[in-house]
Amino acid sequence: MEAGTITQADRPAPRQGPALGGRVRRVVGDALGTWRGKVGLALTLIVAAIAFIGPFVGPSSLALEGAPFEAPGGAAGTLGGDALGRDVLARVLDGGWRILLIAGAATILAIIFGTAAGVVSAYRGGKVDSLIMRSVDVLLGIPQLVFVLMLLSVIGAKTWLVILSVGLSQAPQVARVLRAAAQDVSERDYVKAVAAWGVPPRTVIRRHVVPSLISPLMVESALRLSFSIILVAGLAFLGLGTQPPTADWGLMINENRVGIAANPWGVLAPSILLAALAVGTNMFSDAVARANLAGGRTGDPSLDLFVTASADPKDAQPLEEVPK
Amino acid sequence: MSELNGTAGPAVEVKDLTVQMISSKVPIVSGVSFTVDEQQTIGLVGESGSGKSTVGVALLGFARRGLEISAGSVRVGDVDMLTLKGDEIRKARGRLVSYVPQDPAAGLNPAHRIGTQVREAFSVHEKLGKGELAERVSDLLAGVNLPDSKQFLRSYPHQLSGGQQQRVAIAIAFACRPRLIVLDEPTTGLDVTTQRRILETINELARDYRASAVYVSHDLPAVAEVASKTAVMYAGRIVEVAATKKLFNEPRHPYSAGLLHAAPSAAEANRLVGIEGRPPRPGHWPQGCAYAPRCPRVQDDCLRAMPELRPLDGGSLARCLHPIPAAAGGAIQVTAAPTPQRLDSTALQVEALFADYSGKGVLREIGFAVPRGECTAIVGESGSGKTTLARCLVGLHSSWQGAIRFEGEELRRAAAERDRNQLQRMQYIFQNPFGSLNPTMTVTENIEEPLRHFESLSRSERRQRALGILETVHLGQEFADVLPNRISGGERQRVAVGRALVVDPEVLVCDEITSALDVSVQALLVEQLRDLQLQRGLTMVFITHNLAVVRSIAQNVIVLQTGSIVEAGPVDRVLDDPQHPYTRQLLEDLPTLEPGEPTATADSAG
Repeated sequence: MEAGTITQADRPAPRQGPALGGRVRRVVGDALGTWRGKVGLALTLIVAAIAFIGPFVGPSSLALEGAPFEAPGGAAGTLGGDALGRDVLARVLDGGWRILLIAGAATILAIIFGTAAGVVSAYRGGKVDSLIMRSVDVLLGIPQLVFVLMLLSVIGAKTWLVILSVGLSQAPQVARVLRAAAQDVSERDYVKAVAAWGVPPRTVIRRHVVPSLISPLMVESALRLSFSIILVAGLAFLGLGTQPPTADWGLMINENRVGIAANPWGVLAPSILLAALAVGTNMFSDAVARANLAGGRTGDPSLDLFVTASADPKDAQPLEEVPK
Repeated sequence: MSELNGTAGPAVEVKDLTVQMISSKVPIVSGVSFTVDEQQTIGLVGESGSGKSTVGVALLGFARRGLEISAGSVRVGDVDMLTLKGDEIRKARGRLVSYVPQDPAAGLNPAHRIGTQVREAFSVHEKLGKGELAERVSDLLAGVNLPDSKQFLRSYPHQLSGGQQQRVAIAIAFACRPRLIVLDEPTTGLDVTTQRRILETINELARDYRASAVYVSHDLPAVAEVASKTAVMYAGRIVEVAATKKLFNEPRHPYSAGLLHAAPSAAEANRLVGIEGRPPRPGHWPQGCAYAPRCPRVQDDCLRAMPELRPLDGGSLARCLHPIPAAAGGAIQVTAAPTPQRLDSTALQVEALFADYSGKGVLREIGFAVPRGECTAIVGESGSGKTTLARCLVGLHSSWQGAIRFEGEELRRAAAERDRNQLQRMQYIFQNPFGSLNPTMTVTENIEEPLRHFESLSRSERRQRALGILETVHLGQEFADVLPNRISGGERQRVAVGRALVVDPEVLVCDEITSALDVSVQALLVEQLRDLQLQRGLTMVFITHNLAVVRSIAQNVIVLQTGSIVEAGPVDRVLDDPQHPYTRQLLEDLPTLEPGEPTATADSAG
C-alpha cells in the first residue's frame, strides 16, 4: 500500500479529454446545439453564399437593361430595375462580396490590434497599462462613425482606408474586453510559474496568455464582424465606401431610395440581406458567448475563463451533465 | 414542540436517504441511514466527492442544482423534512434544522450589518418586541463569545475576521433553537487556534440548546474533537459507523483504517500511508464493494455485490465482508520516517529580509539558513507572511530588502533579473494544483514547458524527458496526453512536482502544496517528496500551516508570526520542547486523533 508499489495497471485511467482544438470545436458545437446558434449560423451562411456565389451566376451588374425603376418582371429582370435601369437582382448578387471581405478584413484588424493592446496592457500592468488604456479611452470617446468619417473625408474614400479606419475604430472595444479577460489569466498561477523561470514577457503572452483567451476572442470576433458589416454598409450608403458604378448593397440603398415607390426591391433586397447578415452574426456570437459561459458549469475550467479555478477539489468534481 | 418527543427514540433519524441526478437518475448518495440523539454530535467524514456535503444539505430537504432527493426520510422530532412542501419547508429551515456553511463569508450578506442579519434570524420565524429582541441577540452573541456592542452590531461582514464571521454564522444557525444543526466543514480555512475555539463553541451550544448536530468534515482530528459518534462515507454510502473513540482507535472498515493511516501525527515523524487510486465517480460505481479496487484486504467475494452495513462484534457498523478484526485493534502500524544525511553546508541563506506589499510591511527582519539536502519547514497561520517569504525566495515577489544568498551567490530581487542558472536550480511549486497547470496544454506539454526555456533539446528529447518524469512522480503514460482538467487534484499536484523536477533543480520551494488535497492523497504526495528528496539529495523549503506534516517531512522548522520569526530550530526540538508561547499555543490548539470526551452524552454507536 505504500506509494509506488501499486502497479500502473491498478490505477483508473484518466478520462480522455478533448485536445485544445477540440475546445474551440466544443464551444462552437455547444453553440450550434441551441436554436440561437443554428438560426444565426444559417442566416450568416445563406447571405454569405448569396454574396460569394452570386457574382458567378448573375448577369452583368452594370448593363443598362431597362427603364429606371422598372417594375419587377420586366426587361430589367425579376426584381426590376434600379435608378439607371440596371438589373436589381444582378446588382444584389454582385454587391455583397466586397462588403463581406472589407468587413472581414476590418474585423481581423480590430481583433489583432485590440488583442495586442489589451493583453500587453493586462500583462505588463503599471505605466504600460495606463498609457495603453488611456489611449483606448480617448479613442472610445470619439464616436465610431465620426472617427471613420473624419479619416475618410480627409484622405479620401479608398478601400484600404475603409478597412483600416473601421478596424481601428473597433479595436478599443476589443482591447477593453480582452484586457479584462487577460488580467484574470495573467493572475493565474500557471502564468506566474512561467514568469518565475525568467521567461520573457513576449513568450509568456504568446504561449500562455493568448491561448487561454480563445473563448472571449471567438465571442468578440463574431460581435465585431456584425458591427463591421453595418459600418461598412453605412459608409457605402454615405458614398464613402465603394464608388459607383460598382454594385454594393449599402450604395444601392442610397441610389434607389428615391424610387422606392416605383420599385421597392432596389432598396428592400439589399436591406433584407444586410439585416439578415447582421442579425445572423449577432445571434451566433450570442450563442457562442452563452455556450462559453455554460462551459464553466460543466466543471471544465479550460472552457471558461471567467470562472476562477477553485482551491477546493470538491468544486472541481465535474457534474456529469449540465443541468438545464 | 421541542418537548414533545424527548423519549420517542433518537431526536433525528435519517433513513435510506438517496440523492440522484435529475436527468440521468445516477445516484450521488445511496441508502444513507443514521440516527442522532438529543445533544449528540455526529461526525460525517469522507473525502472529496464522497457525498458527505450532499447528505448534509439533504437534511434540510435541499438538493444542489441538477440533483434531487429521490428516496428516504429525514425525521427531526416528529417531522419528516422530506415530506414538507413550500411554505412549511421554509419555516422548518432555521427553526427545525439549520445550516452553517463552509465559507462564512458566503453565508452572510456582505451588504447588511451584522446586527441586522442576526436580528433577522429571529424575526423571520417569530414576532418579538424590540426589547426582547435585543436581549435575545445579546444572549446569542454571548453564547458564541462575540461582543454585542453597538459598534460590533453596526459592522459589516468584511470588517470581521474569518473566525468572527463563522461565529456569527453559527449564532444565526442557533438563533431559533433548532433541533438539528448541520455544520458543513465550518472550520476549514480557519487557523488552528480559531478552529479550536469554534469547535468548543459548537460543543457548548449543542449542549446548552439541547440540539443535535451533524458535523460534516474531511478533517479527522476536528471530528474527533466534537463528535461522539462518527460515520465514514465512501462513494455515496456510509461504510462505517461507530463511537468516535472506537472508530479512531479500532477502525474496522479498511477505508476508515486507510484514512487514519494517512493522517500525519504531530507527535512522531512517521511515514505516511496514502490510499492509491481514486474513488469511483457517480455512475461508475462497481457492482461489488465500491472500495474493493483500492482495498488491501480485497477478496473475490467483495467484487460480487455491495456488502450491507452490518453490526460487528465490537459494536461498530461496517459495510465490509472482511473487516479488520477487532483484536488487531486496527492498530496503526507505523514506520519511522527516514531522515536525510546531514551535509553541514548551507543551500540558502536569508539575512535581514524585510518585505512589503505596496508599502505595507509583511515580513520583518527575517534571517535563517536552509541546510543543503534537508527539508526546512516554514509554518505560520494565514497572514503570517509565509507565502510572501516563499515568493521572495523564488523572485515572484520583488518588493523586499535584505539579502538572499543561494550557494553563496546573492540573488537579485525579481525572477526576471536573476540568471538562468539560478532560476533553474531553484523551483517553486504552487499551493493550488487547479491553477498552476496551463489548462490549454496537455500534461506532458506542461512538463515540457520549463525544458523549452532552460535547455535546448529537440522535440523528441523533450518529450522523452517529460515521460521519464511522469514515471518518477508515479503517473503512467496514460496521463501523458490528457488535459489537466481531466485528472484529480492529487494527480495534478504530482504533475506540478514533475514540472519542477524536470529541470533537475537543487532546491524545491513547496508552498502549501498539500493543503488543497485530501488526507489520503496528501500522504502519497508527502511520501513521494520524501523519497525524491532522499534519492536526489534535494533541498526543500516546505511552507505549511500543518504542524503534523512538518513533523513528518521536515528536519528544521521556522515558526512565523505576523511577519517575524518567533522560533526556529530542528523539528524535534521545536515541536517537543517549544520555547515561544506562540509555538506552544499552536501545538496545544492542534486537534489530535486522540478523541477525548467530546459532548455531554455518552458514546452510543448505531
